[in-house]
Amino acid sequence: MEKVLGLTVTDEGVDDCMVDTNSSIRSRLCAIVGEDSVRDSANERHAYSYDATPIVTGAPDWIVFPQTTRQVSEVLRLANEERIPVIPRGSGTNLAGGTVAVAAGIVLNMTRFNRIVEIDESNLTVTVGPGVITADLHRAVEARGLFYPPDPGSMRISTIGGNVAQGAGGMRGLKYGVTKDYVLGLEYVLPTGEILRCGGKNYKDVAGYDLTRLLVGSEGTLAVITELTLKLLPLPESKRTMVVYCKRMVDAARIVERTIAAKIIPATMEFLDQSTMRVVDQFAHLGLPTDVAAMLLIEQDGVEQQVDRDIDRIAQIARKVGATDVQVANTPEDGARLMAARRSALAALSRLRPTTILEDATVPRSELATMVSEIERIAEKYQVQICTFGHAGDGNLHPTCMTDERDAEELERVDAAFAEIFEVALRLGGTITGEHGVGMAKAKFLPKRVGEDGIQLMMRLKQAFDPNGILNPGKIFVRVPDWQHVAE
Amino acid sequence: MTDRVPVLNMDEILNCMHCGFCLPTCPTYEQTGLETQSPRGRIALMKAVAEQKLPVDDEFASNMYACLGCRACETACPAGVKYGQLLEDARELVEDVKRGDRRRSFRRDLALKRLFMHPGRMRLAGNLLWAVQASGLQRLANRTGMVRILPKEMAEMQRAVDPVASPGQRKGRQAVIPARRSQPRVPRVGVFTGCVMDVLFHQTNEATARILAHAGCEVVFLEGTACCGALHAHAGEKASAIDLAKQNIEAFEEAGVDFMVNNAGGCGAALKEYAVWLNDHPRWSERAKRFVDATRDVSELLAELPDFEFTKRLDLRVTYQDSCHLAHGQGVRTQPRDLLRRIPGVTYVELPRADSCCGSAGIYNITNFEMSMDILDTKMNHVRGTMADVVVTSNPGCLLQMKQGIIRAGLEGKMRAMHIVDVIAMAL
Ligand SMILES: Cc1cc2nc3c(=O)[nH]c(=O)nc-3n(C[C@H](O)[C@H](O)[C@H](O)COP(=O)(O)OP(=O)(O)OC[C@H]3O[C@@H](n4cnc5c(N)ncnc54)[C@H](O)[C@@H]3O)c2cc1C
Ligand code: SF4
Ligand code: SF4
Repeated sequence: MEKVLGLTVTDEGVDDCMVDTNSSIRSRLCAIVGEDSVRDSANERHAYSYDATPIVTGAPDWIVFPQTTRQVSEVLRLANEERIPVIPRGSGTNLAGGTVAVAAGIVLNMTRFNRIVEIDESNLTVTVGPGVITADLHRAVEARGLFYPPDPGSMRISTIGGNVAQGAGGMRGLKYGVTKDYVLGLEYVLPTGEILRCGGKNYKDVAGYDLTRLLVGSEGTLAVITELTLKLLPLPESKRTMVVYCKRMVDAARIVERTIAAKIIPATMEFLDQSTMRVVDQFAHLGLPTDVAAMLLIEQDGVEQQVDRDIDRIAQIARKVGATDVQVANTPEDGARLMAARRSALAALSRLRPTTILEDATVPRSELATMVSEIERIAEKYQVQICTFGHAGDGNLHPTCMTDERDAEELERVDAAFAEIFEVALRLGGTITGEHGVGMAKAKFLPKRVGEDGIQLMMRLKQAFDPNGILNPGKIFVRVPDWQHVAE
Repeated sequence: MTDRVPVLNMDEILNCMHCGFCLPTCPTYEQTGLETQSPRGRIALMKAVAEQKLPVDDEFASNMYACLGCRACETACPAGVKYGQLLEDARELVEDVKRGDRRRSFRRDLALKRLFMHPGRMRLAGNLLWAVQASGLQRLANRTGMVRILPKEMAEMQRAVDPVASPGQRKGRQAVIPARRSQPRVPRVGVFTGCVMDVLFHQTNEATARILAHAGCEVVFLEGTACCGALHAHAGEKASAIDLAKQNIEAFEEAGVDFMVNNAGGCGAALKEYAVWLNDHPRWSERAKRFVDATRDVSELLAELPDFEFTKRLDLRVTYQDSCHLAHGQGVRTQPRDLLRRIPGVTYVELPRADSCCGSAGIYNITNFEMSMDILDTKMNHVRGTMADVVVTSNPGCLLQMKQGIIRAGLEGKMRAMHIVDVIAMAL
């Protein structure tokens, strides 16, 4: 195994015997999925060496495109036998280095599982392949008056399999929850090749351990998901958007708290800090005020009268707290125009400097203002440029650092700044990642969040699913689990 | 190789944050599902080449040429990455390396250098084309590399080309057409005839002039213009493209016109890039800027002029296929649609995914024939669904491709493909 890995990581000093092994593995893969579905040219290997995560890369030896569960099972059996790493992949939009082939091996591309199998209107469920694009699922169910709320910013290209494996969130998390709240059942394949199912169409199901929940957010390290059954809701009949500008970040945080204390749960409460607003305005020319400390974007959906009443009350609360301006959109187009600021935030920031690092430290809602000012302090301390925006309603912040991957010295300061940001988040009772996952990016902070015993337990779970450690190695855990050495 | 690497613009490459938002709009990714056939993948390959992690070899070249250059990815990109320019640079690098290797492909060389570079030859080729029409396109096809195309597709392509204007007809055209409607200030407009447009779609250029006159402009056909250089730039022949640009700027300056109108989305996008191409040519950059400021697509200019009257009714169901370089390259989307809607009697239906490339893409349908046809067949499934009588386009390449698509989809006799200018001219 070591040799196979050594060969593929360095690309140099290929000895003949390894070439033989590699070409025999290639032909066995071809026998399973067909010649056309195994790719390994130099350009192809390079094009699957990255995902949306900045900086980290690692090229696989082969990219395999299975089309049936049986093929997935056979590929895994082969890989397990030969101890070849397998990295499941959707659209490669995750921000944690989750699909980077750090130890080479096989990238198992699940995008051909793109069938919407069934929309069940009496049970309010939808059954899909993991390769279905999130926005396509939205369109399909909304055409029948149904609603799948999870809406990660990447929904136009992310896959459902990737959303579930990464435990994706989104803007509607406050009222509707996140991906994990909508997964009812799964079909999955273990690294040893067994095809299993858990859960199903039942909302109530307590038969044994909840393996469905365990696989949600497992980041491709426990099993390969081949089919999913998801929960649906009726599509809300109307939606309204408003924007609130505040002189101080604490005012914005207070508006969020008072709104919820008034027993109103808006679908969305997003915020942009002053530095983000400035950049967005330069980029998109939206005419945002630049003398305020923060803006809140609030959306409510539901029955029309209820929506109108909620929006009115939130506006009252905002004025009372001392918002400098409150604007309510009268038409859906106006609403979209208001939301444009939030939607173009990352894009605008990304143009500032060559490299953009987007994090997702999360704190309890009540610590929002403290966290934002701590981030400002830390950016100042390490002399790095960090703008913050995010989901105010659920305390999920996106401190975003603009830097240059070619400048090693600056990157060190960026690293140190983020380490301190995570530390503060944990001290405030928060977490290191709210929705992007651990992957490679945050593996070294995980022990601080879950404790050494927590890591040990997670590793034992990992071993139960994946005795040879072939599934997505190098993710979640910094240390190579012990049994991998034993296996060698 | 080392000394040529700097032609790739690393700062622009680094603007790509590999978010993948461009993937769902890319026709070649839609067909193949391969990252190497996606904008994000192609930019990553360019970056690897710039960092000398990958060589400029056949595989890299074929990946750069497998791109349609439709720039749908630019519209989708939240970070505003200028993909079209990156692609031109990458192809220029490929051609540079190939030149060093003396492995240039004869096929493209003939089509581009010998034909498009010299308007004289283009006219000659036009005459030739006209002459060979009777006997079919076979011979010309053999020479330009269309030989790879199968007999059946060959026949479809041939039927798709309208009878070409005769040489006599093209010579005998009026130089200045006076405005047909009085306006406070009559704008003087030059029609950029473009090489392919003038040979294959001579009447469309005539119709463009007539419509503009009807709308109150004094119209001249620009003398001394050459090919816009788009095909050269897209094929990595930037130096030739720049020579053509200079020639066209001079022609424009001599004509003394307020606007310069073209009716080919692909040419228009290139004409509007002149300021970028000539950015570091001190004696030219200002002149190029003035040129770009005066350049308009015909629909774009008609939308800026006061509304004109239609005199005839066209009882037709009409749909519109965007020209990529008009929509993604120039941002002209609503103007052609609004013009069509204004024609009395016309029922306008929107084509789903109208701004996704038809697969024509300059000479792509010759160099990457199979992919081009796959993309066209996907496109025709949407077109069929509109049940339109006429599918309208704004670019000669798209027009030919749509004509071929209609034949492939078995819609001949039920549906026609027309240039927007010809549709408008019918209603005057
Ligand atoms: C601009 C931008 C905005 C974003 N906004 C959000 C946001 O608002 N909220 C949010 O939560 N995330 C967001 N993300 C992150 C990312 O889009 C999500 O993590 C998404 O769920 C990834 O989906 P994907 O199909 O690209 O999966 P990939 O990136 O391909 O894979 C993600 C992980 O899932 C595993 N995996 C994929 N498919 C399977 C399978 N079938 N079986 C087992 N494991 C599998 C992979 O091994 C990997 O670990 C954003 C990303 C970008 C670039
Ligand atoms: S130009 Fe068109 S074909 Fe090329 S990468 Fe962009 S979207 Fe894809
Ligand atoms: S959308 Fe833009 S930034 Fe994102 S991957 Fe495509 S080109 Fe890069």
